[in-house]
Order: sequence, then C-alpha cells, then structure tokens
Amino acid sequence: MPALGADMTEGTLLEWLVHPGDQVRKGDIVAVVDTAKAAIEVECFENGTVDRLLVEPGTTMPVGASLAVIGPARPATQTSEPSVPVTSPLVRHLAEESGVDLATVHGTGPGGRITRADVNAEPPSAAPLRTPPAETDTTKPPDTPRVRPEKPPTPPARPGTGDGATRVRATPLAKRLAVEAGIDLAAVAGTGTGGAVRALDVKAALAAALPSAATARPAAATGRHETMRRAVGDLMARSKREIPHYYLSTTVDLGAAIGWLHERNRELPVAERLVPTALLLKAAALAAREVPQLNGFWTDDHFTAAPAVHLGVAVALRGGGLVAPAIHDATDLTLPELMARLRDLVSRARSGRLHRSETTDPTITVTNLGDQGVEAVLGVIYPPQVALVGLGRVVERPWAVDGLLGIRPVVTATLSADHRASDGATGARYLAALDRLLQKPEEL
Amino acid sequence: MNHDQALALVQEAITEIVPDADFTEIGPDTDYRQALELDSLDFLNLVERLSERTGCRLDEDDYPRLGTLEGAATLLAERA
Repeated sequence: MPALGADMTEGTLLEWLVHPGDQVRKGDIVAVVDTAKAAIEVECFENGTVDRLLVEPGTTMPVGASLAVIGPARPATQTSEPSVPVTSPLVRHLAEESGVDLATVHGTGPGGRITRADVNAEPPSAAPLRTPPAETDTTKPPDTPRVRPEKPPTPPARPGTGDGATRVRATPLAKRLAVEAGIDLAAVAGTGTGGAVRALDVKAALAAALPSAATARPAAATGRHETMRRAVGDLMARSKREIPHYYLSTTVDLGAAIGWLHERNRELPVAERLVPTALLLKAAALAAREVPQLNGFWTDDHFTAAPAVHLGVAVALRGGGLVAPAIHDATDLTLPELMARLRDLVSRARSGRLHRSETTDPTITVTNLGDQGVEAVLGVIYPPQVALVGLGRVVERPWAVDGLLGIRPVVTATLSADHRASDGATGARYLAALDRLLQKPEEL
Repeated sequence: MNHDQALALVQEAITEIVPDADFTEIGPDTDYRQALELDSLDFLNLVERLSERTGCRLDEDDYPRLGTLEGAATLLAERA
C-alpha cells in the first residue's frame, strides 16, 4: 500500500486491474485504492508477472502493507499470440469497459503500445475485426510515469483467498455502486466474463430504474465527507503546528493579460477558450522556477529543491473538502495544454479518479478562490511543501497608470511560505516575478 | 426554440455539472454560478454544452447574460 499523500495512513483496495499471471511493467496501473479523499490509481513499481494478489477488494490496509506478489518477468515466448498489441492493464480494462476490441486499435504509444487516448478515440466495435498489429510510432516521447523509489512488495503472508461460490460475481466497483444505490446485484444482468456484473451493468440498471434521473454520480460523496474532513483537518493542523508561516500579498494589474485572453478567445470555439486561471497558473509555475527556494520539500530538517515544477492545484469538491493534485511539469506546457490538463484534472478530482503521482508529486500549490468571490486568500501550506500561492477574484478597480487613473482588472496574489526554508525577501521575489510574467501574457 | 425549451435546456445542462442542483432555490435572476458554486471551468463546460446543443455561437461577451437562468433562456431563445 503506497502512501498517496502526506496525510495518508491507510487505504482501501477498491479494485484490481490485473490478475495472477498477467505481465506488468513498471508504471502500469494495476489497482485502484480509496483514500480519505479520492479513489486513486496505483501503478506497479517493477516489471514482472503478477504471482499472487494478497488482498481482496474492499480490504483496508495500512501504508506499507503488501498487496500483491510480483515474480520475475517471464521471458517472452514464441507461443504468445503475435497479433495482440502491447497494452497496459489499465488500457485493457478501459477497452473492456467500453467494448473496444484492442486488436483493432492503432497504438500511438512507444513501440506501438496502445494508450488510453487510443482506446477513447475508438468507437465500440460490435463485431470485432482482427487486424495486424499497428506499426511502430517512434515519434512520440515515451509516456514514462514518474516513479519515486519505493519499496517493492515483499512476498509474505497467505496467498489469495477463494471466492464464495454462492456470491453473485461482480467487480468491486459494481458492488460499491450497487450498495450505494440500494440495488440487488442478483437482479442485475452481468455482461462481464462469466456473467460477472460490471460497473456499467449497475449503471445501466440504475438508469433503467430511474429513466428521468440525471446520470448517477459514482463517487461516495456522502460517506466520504467525514473522512475527508478529518484528513484535511489532520494535515492542516500538522501544517500549522510545524510550519512557521509568513505571508505576503500584492495586487497585480491584469489589464494586459485579460485583454490578450479576450482577444484570443474571440476567435476560438468554446472548447478551446482559455480561462484566466490558466494564465495565472502558468505564471505561478514559471515564477516558482525562477525562485527555486520555494519549490520543493522540507523533510528531515532541511529543504530540498525540486528539479521540476509540479504545480499543485487546490480543487474544491462538491459536497465539501478539497484535493490538490499536481499538474506535472507545468512550466513546460503551452497554455492550451495546461488548460486541457487543468480541465481533465479537475473533472477527475471531482469524479474521484486521480493518479498516484498526481497526489504525491506537487512541489508548490496554488489555491484559487476567485470564482467564489473573495478578493484574497491566505492559505495554509501543504506539508512537506514550503509555499502556497493564493489567488483571489479578478476585480475591476480604479488603477493609476502613467499618472492617469483608469479602470483595470486586478487580482490579489498572496504567498504563504515556510520561514524555515525561506525569508520574506525571497517570497517577495516570487510575487514580483509573478507580476512581471503576467504583464507579458503572449510569452506565457 | 421558445423560452421554456431554452430554460429546460439550461437547467438540464447545469444538472449535468451539478447533479444535486435544486432549482426551487434559484430564482430567475439569481447568479446561479455563485449559488451552485460553479467555478470558471464548470462555467466554460456549461457554455460548451449550450453552444453544442443549440448550435449558437456564444462569445465571452455573452457570458454576463448567461449568468442567470432568465438571461440564459432569453439569449438562447433569441438565437436558436
């Protein structure tokens, strides 16, 4: 059970995405783990073959406990079916859920690997057609997931347990959905292997039962509320107990930025428009690169600067609570890329599906409460990070420019920083950089 | 599209983003973004849905009018 954030002590295994005998590669998504805050996809830390699954879905385990045993990789034998393209367990799972035949999908990943995007781009095929494996596309950079050195699971304990024969066969997610919706699984027609009930089947049954109801929300919003409150509370209490915060604030003229954005959006369809937040986040990331003393972690009584800026973005969840997952390498993204990543991240954070590295990697976090109407937010730092940037609402204010008074859109940007890692002068450089960057939006 | 159809369309699109939205609490001239805590991404998402379904072009200059149920319904009824 990996630690999926500084505040996590235990996690509940929700679903296995692999079976014993499956080949896995370092970085493959193998399981979904539920924490106090969200369901998080967990990747494998080694190459090899899944030997045994030690934990049944639904089981809560402390951080550090073994979940599965991964044996040495089986040498690729000539008996393996040559026409089946290389895929990760997550992709196979996704394909199964959406009824896509992987043999017909053109892989655009390294070595012709089929990526999630490839499956999503595919219409579900009713009559599977076999085609030769996709040609190799080497132009794309390998999408290597970030993996922190982590203890590999050690083989202890009992092997996996057998299933009760009388139980309805169903995937864990399907079980959970059924429990939440009060549906009897036995009454749901299963379309999975061996008639197993899948999440999709439960949703279909739900939709049939409530024809007029809007799409069912899978997240256990109500049950999670209390644990979420506690998790946020514990982490913030620790932050306030351990971190000597100092706070800085400045008002940034966004006339140039908003004007540029408006001009740019005028020509674009809604789907490609940018929101001011995208500009602010990009500037926040670039400023963090300029002031590396604020970008990194305070651990074991010293500060370690991070080599890249993984920008944490605080996302408020409906029904309360928040998560602050990372946009990786935010400094290197173009604005449209950053916007797309932001939309994707927010929607996954709210539907409860984040990736492990997104929850563990943020090197500095931005909280943006502007949409909720407040002008300034002085935030609490997420340990072990050492700084938190607060952005308020973009408001129009009288503003003096070159001796003349005009009306300009302005935003209050604040910085909460760890006084053990930096001093006010360093923090001031950060806000000054942020201001300067936002005056040249076309260069962001 | 008449006003009632437009209003239904707006409510439906909002419900897809905020599944538990309670429209009995939201008056025709209430700022629903505030009331339902829609952030700028949610709102963009909403505008995208409305634009797709009505086939109307919706510009940033229209955003203020789209911010209330009455404003949005009237605007869409005019254009679609």
